[in-house]
Parts: sequence; C-alpha cells; structure tokens
Amino acid sequence: MVSITAAETTSRRVWRRFTGAQRTARFMVYLIIVAAIVAAAQTIEIIPEFLADAPEQIGDLLARMWPIDWRAYPTDVHSALSETIHIASLGTLLALMLALPVGLLAAHNLVPFTPLNLLARLILVSSRSVNSLVWALLFVGIFGPGALAGTLAIAFRSIGFVGKLFGEALEEAQPGPIEALAATGAPWRSVLTFGYWPQVKPAFWSIALFRFDINVRESAVLGLVGAGGIGMALDAALNLFQWERVALILVAILVVVIITEIVVTQIRKRML
Amino acid sequence: MPNSLVIRGLTKEYVPGKPVLSDIDLAFGETCINAIIGPSGTGKSTLIRCINRLVEPTSGEILFDGADLARLVGTPLRQARRHIGMVFQEYNLVERLTVMENLLCGRLGYVSAWKAWRRKFPTEDIERAFQLLDVVGLAGFAQRRADALSGGQRQRVGIARAVMQEPKLLLADEPTSSLDPKTSVEIMQLLADVARSRDIPVLINMHDVDLATRFADRIVGMSGGRVVFDGAPAGLSDAMLKQIYGGEDWLQ
Repeated sequence: MVSITAAETTSRRVWRRFTGAQRTARFMVYLIIVAAIVAAAQTIEIIPEFLADAPEQIGDLLARMWPIDWRAYPTDVHSALSETIHIASLGTLLALMLALPVGLLAAHNLVPFTPLNLLARLILVSSRSVNSLVWALLFVGIFGPGALAGTLAIAFRSIGFVGKLFGEALEEAQPGPIEALAATGAPWRSVLTFGYWPQVKPAFWSIALFRFDINVRESAVLGLVGAGGIGMALDAALNLFQWERVALILVAILVVVIITEIVVTQIRKRML
Repeated sequence: MPNSLVIRGLTKEYVPGKPVLSDIDLAFGETCINAIIGPSGTGKSTLIRCINRLVEPTSGEILFDGADLARLVGTPLRQARRHIGMVFQEYNLVERLTVMENLLCGRLGYVSAWKAWRRKFPTEDIERAFQLLDVVGLAGFAQRRADALSGGQRQRVGIARAVMQEPKLLLADEPTSSLDPKTSVEIMQLLADVARSRDIPVLINMHDVDLATRFADRIVGMSGGRVVFDGAPAGLSDAMLKQIYGGEDWLQ
C-alpha cells in the first residue's frame, strides 16, 4: 500500500508531443505563413470597386455568351480544333522519340558514367523549366506562326517530363534478370530490349498517355501566342468581342478534354 | 569429361585488405556434379560469380576453354559467357515475357539484337526450346507468362534457359534455397540429369548438406574464404562438417 502511494506521489511522469524547441519552431512557421499572406495581399493591390463589381460583370459576360453560336462550328472551329489535336499527338510522338535516348542516358544503372547522366539531367531540366507557352513564343520567332511552332513547343516541353519519368522507371528495373541476360553472353542491345524494356514497358506507355492527356489541354492555349490550333480561333474571337463564339470554343475544348480523359483512362485500364 | 575448369590463386576483396576469397586453387572436370557447401558469407556465391565475371576477381587465374576468364573484356568475355550457363536462386527470369521468350534468352549471345527484337530466332532454337520444355516437365507452358508460374516451375525455366546456351559448364547459385524440400529434390534431380546427359560439369552452391551428399560426386567445403574440404561425399565426416560450419549442436 505504502509503495503504491509513494509511486503516485513521486513519479507523475509527463508526456508532451513536442519539445519546447519544436513548439517554438512550429509557432514561427505559422507566423511566417500569416506574414506571407498579409504581404502578398498588399502587393497585388485589389481594387475594392472592381471586386464589388465582379458579380455584375460575370453576369454580363455570361449573358453575352448566350446563346452559344453553334453555327460557327463547321466553318471556323472544327478545323482549328482538329489542328489542336494534331499538334498534341504529333508533339507527343516527337517528344517520345526524343525523350527515349535522353532517358536512357539519365539512368545510372544503364549508363554508369556520371558526367553523361548529369548532361542528360541538364537537358531534361532545361526542357521542363521552360513553360510550353514560352517554348511556343521561341518557335513562333524561328518558324513563324502556325502549327509547326506549336508542335515543336509541345514536343520540347514534353521531353523533360517523359525523359525524367522514363529514366526513373529504368533505374527501378530489377537487376536480377539483367544479370542473368549478361551471364548468357547477350550483347548490350539485347540486354536492353529483353531485360530492361519488358520491365519498363508499362511505365513507358503510361507516361506517354498521361503526357498526351496534358498536351491536349496545353495545345489548346498555344494559339494565344500564334502557335496554331483552337487557341488562335479563341484569340480572334476574344479580340472581336464575339462572345457567343468564345463560348462555343470553350465548350469545344471542354468536350475534347473530357473525351481524351475517357479514352486515355480506358486504354490505361486495358493495358496495365 | 572434355571441359575442364582450373582456378589458380583466386582472390577477391570487396574491401581492400579483407579478402572474401583467399588464394583458391580448384580444378573441375573429372566429376560431373560438384557441390560447394559452407556457411553464409563464406564466399561460395562470390566464387561462382567470379567464374563468369558477374563479380570481378581481384587476382588469380580462371582457365577455361583455352582462355583465362579473369583477363577477358568486351566481346571475348561475352563470347566466353555464351558457353557458361547459370542458374540463380531467385530464378532471375524476365517476369513479363513468356516462358518461350525466357528460354530464347539463352540464345541472345548467338542472335543479332535486331533479329532477337523481332523474335526472328532460328527454327532449330525454337525446336530445341520445345524439346527442353518437355525435358523439364513444362510441355504446354510455352505461351504462359513467367510471372504466372510457381517457384519450382520458374526454376525449371531457369535451368532450361541455361541449357539453351548449349553450355560447356553450368553454374548454379543456390538453385534450391527458395524452394520447398520436395521441389528442391526435384530441381536437384533435374540439374543432375541435365548435366549427366550432356556430360558437362556443374558447380552448385548450396546450404543443404543432405541434398549435397545425396546428389554430388564431389563436395567442396568452404569456410572463411578458403577450401577446407575437397573430396567424395563419403569422406564428409561430422568432424569435417564441424570444421566447415563451426559449432556442433546443429549436427545432433
């Protein structure tokens, strides 16, 4: 009896989730987040009158968009829309071809030579660090406005994405089968096609489909900088205040994106 | 037996100054089924892998088929490897390929990469693959994907792939360690049959002393990176096993 009472009184042990230093650090993080939000809100200079006016403006815009100008579809929108899909698919195809060798070079287990790996990484990072709109501006400058600039913009932006993920898939390949093929005296190209390719094939096609999905959406806006496709029709309609036509184009883009999403999902489901 | 393998002064150090294999001298060729036994981490696997250079030996000679395997690089090494079949503990099949494609992997050293990619293998290779599937008891499995097979079936494919090379020497790195006791015996029987019928020496790493004494013509006992026993299974006394594995409780 005595011992229990003693234990109760002497050693009431406390447990806290965080140490004092951790609590201070967490408080500082919260403080910084709040300060950042306040600073950002001050910088963007919201004009209260415009903010108050916004609901009215939205209503006005929607009213002008209605009724949707369906009759313009066959004459103006259809060809621009198919050009967009062509830009997305050709751009993706070109990106796959260009990304394949760069991805192979980036995989350290395949090319055990660090300078080459770093060079490949540099190519992939540069491709990704430039937005596809910026790529489009560059290629419009080189090749003039049109679908060619758009296709190249899509391709060059996609190399980094496809190459990086493909290279990572290669690095995750099981070394066992590779070792077994090397032990049979297979030349390296056969080790690549029989050892690595079957292992990374599902990942590769999955990456390709995912990128196509993204590219359909990205190629829809490339026309805003003159790189061909539906974006050019959208730009023209916006500049001419043809709001019924703007509505038609937005609906057309939405439908294409939804269809792409459904098709890509179905293919992935059947393939993997 | 026409194919002899001579190992002289083979040393392997993964870390300088700490040899896993020290000055190994061994010759194979007189006997068909050679089992290498010893505790884990004693360099059995390293020894086997030095022979086909999946592991780079630090020093020493490995004489086989008129060449020193330890010195070969590039194409000559690749051509030498074509004559050495290997069976792995974890089977190391290409999981997403069919059984037939896995067998044909054994012919990759003889077929150009472009032809192999289009699956244009010579008719006699395909014919032999079918015959081998009959031999290893997997008739009718040609179009089955490797990842749909059980462990025992996979190891049969692994053995068939090695035999597809028409090897002059077979290496097996713990071929039964991932299998149940019954399947282990069947796989050992298959390896022994295949090697005897083709009159090629086979070097098998294993843990299981009973299985080794049951199938092997010759047993090499290793301990601490050195050969401490080399002879017929009948000569493997309890005292010897104690020296190889250390301790004695496990022998009771």
